[in-house]
Amino acid sequence: MAVTKDTPVREDLLRIEGLSKVFDESVRAVDDVSLRVAKGEIFALLGSSGCGKSTLLRMLAGFEAPTAGKIYLAGKDITNLPPYQRPINMMFQSYALFPHLNVWDNVAFGLRRDGMPKGDVAERVESMLKLVQLTKFAKRKPHQLSGGQQQRVALARSLAKRPQLLLLDEPLGALDKKLRESTQLELVNIIEEVGVTCVLVTHDQEEAMTMASRIAVMSEGSFKQVGSPSEIYETPNSRLVADFVGNVNIFDGQVVEDEADHVTVSCPECMHYVGHGITGTQGMAVGVALRPEKIQLLREQPQGPHNWCEGTIEDIAYFGAYTTYHLKLKTGMVLKVQQANLSRHNVQDPTWGDKVYAEWSADSMVVLTH
Amino acid sequence: MKNLFGRSWLIAVYTFLYIPIVTLVVYSFNASPLVTVWSEFTFKWYAALAHDTELTGGLVLSLKVALMSGLMSVFFGTFTAFALVRYRKFRGRTFLASMANAPLVMPDVIVGLSLLLMLVTVQRWFGFPERGIFTILLGHALTGTAYAAVVVMSRLREFDTRMEEAAMDLGCKPWQVFTLVTLPLIAPALISAFLLTFTLSFDDVVLAAFLSGPGSTTLPLVIFSRARLGLNPSINAIATAIITVVSIAVIASSIYQARAERRRQREMAEAYAQAN
Amino acid sequence: MLANLFQRMRGLISGKRLVISIPMIWLFTLAAAPLLIALDFSFSQMDIASVASLTQWADNTLTIKLNLGNYLFLGDDPLYFKTYLSSLKFAGTTTLWCLVLGYPFAYFMARARAHLRPMLLMLVMLPFWTSFLLRIYAWKTLLISNGLVNNALMALGIIDAPLQMLNTPFSLTIGMVYAYLPFMILPLYANLVKMDTRLIEAAADLGASPWKTFWLITVPLSKRGIIAGSLLVFIPAVGEYVIPELLGGPETIMIGRVLWDEFFSNNDWPMASAVTIVMILLILVPMAIFNKYSDGGQEGEKT
Repeated sequence: MAVTKDTPVREDLLRIEGLSKVFDESVRAVDDVSLRVAKGEIFALLGSSGCGKSTLLRMLAGFEAPTAGKIYLAGKDITNLPPYQRPINMMFQSYALFPHLNVWDNVAFGLRRDGMPKGDVAERVESMLKLVQLTKFAKRKPHQLSGGQQQRVALARSLAKRPQLLLLDEPLGALDKKLRESTQLELVNIIEEVGVTCVLVTHDQEEAMTMASRIAVMSEGSFKQVGSPSEIYETPNSRLVADFVGNVNIFDGQVVEDEADHVTVSCPECMHYVGHGITGTQGMAVGVALRPEKIQLLREQPQGPHNWCEGTIEDIAYFGAYTTYHLKLKTGMVLKVQQANLSRHNVQDPTWGDKVYAEWSADSMVVLTH
Repeated sequence: MKNLFGRSWLIAVYTFLYIPIVTLVVYSFNASPLVTVWSEFTFKWYAALAHDTELTGGLVLSLKVALMSGLMSVFFGTFTAFALVRYRKFRGRTFLASMANAPLVMPDVIVGLSLLLMLVTVQRWFGFPERGIFTILLGHALTGTAYAAVVVMSRLREFDTRMEEAAMDLGCKPWQVFTLVTLPLIAPALISAFLLTFTLSFDDVVLAAFLSGPGSTTLPLVIFSRARLGLNPSINAIATAIITVVSIAVIASSIYQARAERRRQREMAEAYAQAN
Repeated sequence: MLANLFQRMRGLISGKRLVISIPMIWLFTLAAAPLLIALDFSFSQMDIASVASLTQWADNTLTIKLNLGNYLFLGDDPLYFKTYLSSLKFAGTTTLWCLVLGYPFAYFMARARAHLRPMLLMLVMLPFWTSFLLRIYAWKTLLISNGLVNNALMALGIIDAPLQMLNTPFSLTIGMVYAYLPFMILPLYANLVKMDTRLIEAAADLGASPWKTFWLITVPLSKRGIIAGSLLVFIPAVGEYVIPELLGGPETIMIGRVLWDEFFSNNDWPMASAVTIVMILLILVPMAIFNKYSDGGQEGEKT
C-alpha cells in the first residue's frame, strides 16, 4: 500500500475523506462523510440518536475501524492507528472514570502509560486539577464526587496528555438541566484556554449552538448541513435541518415568480415574497420556513398582498421571557408565533379565541427546495 | 396478618435449614459415643481428632486439591465468561455455552463416571495419568469452571466497556487494559468465584470417589465411608470445626461487604450534598 | 503495509481466538469428550479383564462393533425401568416441595426491608457453604429410631413407640428437599427482588385483590426464576447418589446408586455406561431448557 503524500491544507487539523462504517454488512451507520476541522475549532456533530454521530466519533477515537475512507490528523493518515497510538483523547459519555482509582490517579493514568517521569506527571496533574478547580479533591474516589465534579475530572483526564484533538461524547448529557448551562460555559472556557481542537457529539441543539463554532447536522449517517450556528439556524438548507434545529413553521407552496434577488411562493395560506433568490424553476414545489419569533401579531389587517395571514388564537403557552401562541389558520394549519414579553401586563395581548393577523418581513423566510 | 404469616414462614424454613447443623455442633460435645443420647459435656472428640491420621491426612489433601481446583476454575471460568459475554457471535458459541452449563446441573455420578472412563482410555493409550490427586483435580476444576463462569459472567454483564475504551484511549495497550482496568474491576467477582469453587471441591464426594486412587483419600471420602457404616462422633467434631471456620469467614465477609456498601452510599450522598 | 501488519497484530492481541479457544479446548476435553467415550463404552462388552471398544483398528481396517447387549438388558430387566421411574418420581417430588417451601420464602425475603435482605440472604447461603455431606449426615442423627425427632415426638406424647423414619422414602425426600432448597430459593429470590413493585401497585390500583395480584402479576413475572430453580433442583436430583445412600433404604432405589453399584461392586463398566447414557437421555430435554434460560435467553430478552 502506498503512503498517501497529500500535503495538508494549512490549518486543517482533522480531515476526514469519504468515511463509511457498515455494520452487519447492511447497516450504513456512517455513509461517505467528508469533513475538515481547523485547528482550535470546536466542532459539533448534532443529530438524534442512531444518526451515526457516535459511530463517527468512535472511528475518530479508533474504537471502530472504518469500512471505507481515510482519517488524517495534522496531515498524517491515522485511519489504521489503534486508539492508544492516536494523539487524540476522549471525554466519555457518563465519564467512564476508573472507580478503583482516585482523582489524582485517574488524571495521571494516561501520562504514566507514556512513561513520563514521576516529577513531570505530578506537575502536569497538579496543573490540570488547578485548571478544573479540583485540587483539594485529588485524593477522592469518583463515587465521592458530585456529577459536576466527575465531569471536570473526566475533562482533566482527557486533557492531561495534551491531545491534538479532544473528543467529547455528550459532555453534559449526565448532568441535570440547571447545572448544564453553567457547565457549558465553563467547559468552553477551559477548552479555549487550553486551545485544543475539539469535536463534540450531542443530541441537544442548544448545547451544540452555545459551545460549537461550527455544527454538522447529521441524519441517517451523513451530514445534512455544515455551518456556523447562525447559518444552521437562519438559513437551513432542508426541511430536516430546519425542523431539527429550533422551532419552525413550514408552508408548502409553489414558486410563481423566480428572480435573481427574490422569489414569490404561493401557498394555500398566503403569498410569500422572499427576499433571496433560489436555484429552481417556476412551478416547482417548495417549502417556506419561518421561525416563530420572526412573526408579529397584529390586531389590524396588514396592507399589501404578501407575507401575512389571518387566524384564531388556539393555544397560549407562557414561558416567562416570551409567550408562544398557536394560531389556527383557515386552512387548518397551526402557526407557531413567539412574542417577547417586553412589558409586564399588556391589555393588548391577544387571548384565546381572538382573531388576529400574523405578519413577517421578506428577509425572515427561507425557501427550502428539498 | 400477611406480615405475620411471612415472618412465620421465614422462621420455619430457617429452622428447617439450621436444625441439622445445630444438632451436629451440639452433639460434638457429647461424651456418650452414642450420638443420639446426651450424657455430659466433653472435648474428647476434638482431642481424638488430632490423632486421627486418616481424617487429618484427608483434610490436608482436600485443602490442597481445593486450593488448586479453585485457582484452575477461576482461570478457565474467566476465559469462558469472557468468551460468552464479550463475543456475541462465533462458531461453537452454543456448544461452549452448553458445555459450560452442563456441569452445573449434570448429576455428579455422570460427570464422575464419564471423566473416569476417559482418563482410563487416555491412560491405556499413553500410560498416564494414574488415578490420584491430579485426576480428582481435573474433575473438580471442570465443575468449578462452570460455577466460576457463572459468577464472572454476571459481573462482566454489568461491566461498563467504556472503562476499557477509556484506558485504551489514554494509551493502554490491550494487555495493559486488562491488567490495569479490567482485572482490578472484576477482582471481587474472581475472589467470590474462587471461594465458591474452593468450597465445592472441598465438599465433593462423588467425583472424588470415581477419580481417586490409592493414597488419595480426601476428607469427604473419609467422612462418607464412616457415615455409611453408621453414626460416629468424630464426624460431629470435624463437622463442627469446619462449620465454625466457614461461618466465621462467611459472616465476617458479609459484614465487611455491608459496611463497605453503606460507607459508599454515605460518601455518595455527601458528595451530592456538598455540591448543592 | 504497516497498516496491514497492525491489523493482523490487533487480531492477534485482542485475542478473540485465544479467549474463545482456551475454554473451548478445556471444556471439550473434560466435558464433551468423556460423554462420547461413555457412549463408546456403553456399546462395548465386558471381557474378562478389559473392555472391548466399539471401534477397533487392527490390520489396517477399522471395525465398528455395535454391541446393543447392554441396552437390551436395560430394556429387558424391569428393575432398571422401575429405578428410572422412581428416580424421576423422587426428583419430581423434591422439586415440588422445594417450590412449595421456597417460593413463599423467596417472596417474603424479597419483600423484607432492604437493610435486612443481605442478612437473610447470607443465612440461606451459609448452609450452602458448609459441607453438604455433613448436613445430610446430620439428618441421619436426627431421624434414627432413638434420634432427636423420635425422642421429641415421644416426649410430646404424639407417638408411643419410635417410628421407623430413617431409610424410608420419607427420610430420602426430607434429605433431598433439605439439600436442594437453597438452589430453588436463590434464583427465585434473585428474580423476585428485581421485580418492579410499581407493577404490583398498578394492579392493586386497577382493583385486583392482593391474592389476584399475586397470581396474575407476581407469579407470571417470576416464571424465569421458577423454571431456573426447578431445573437446578430436578436435574441433579435425578442422579443423586449420596442422599439415597445415606438416608434411603431398600424401597428407595435410585438410579445414581444403581450406577454406582454397577461400577464399584459389579465392576461392569459397559453396563454402568449404558445406565449413564440412558440417564443423560432422560435429562437432555430439561438440560436444553435450562441452557436456553441461562444464557442466550437472558441476553436476548435484555436487548
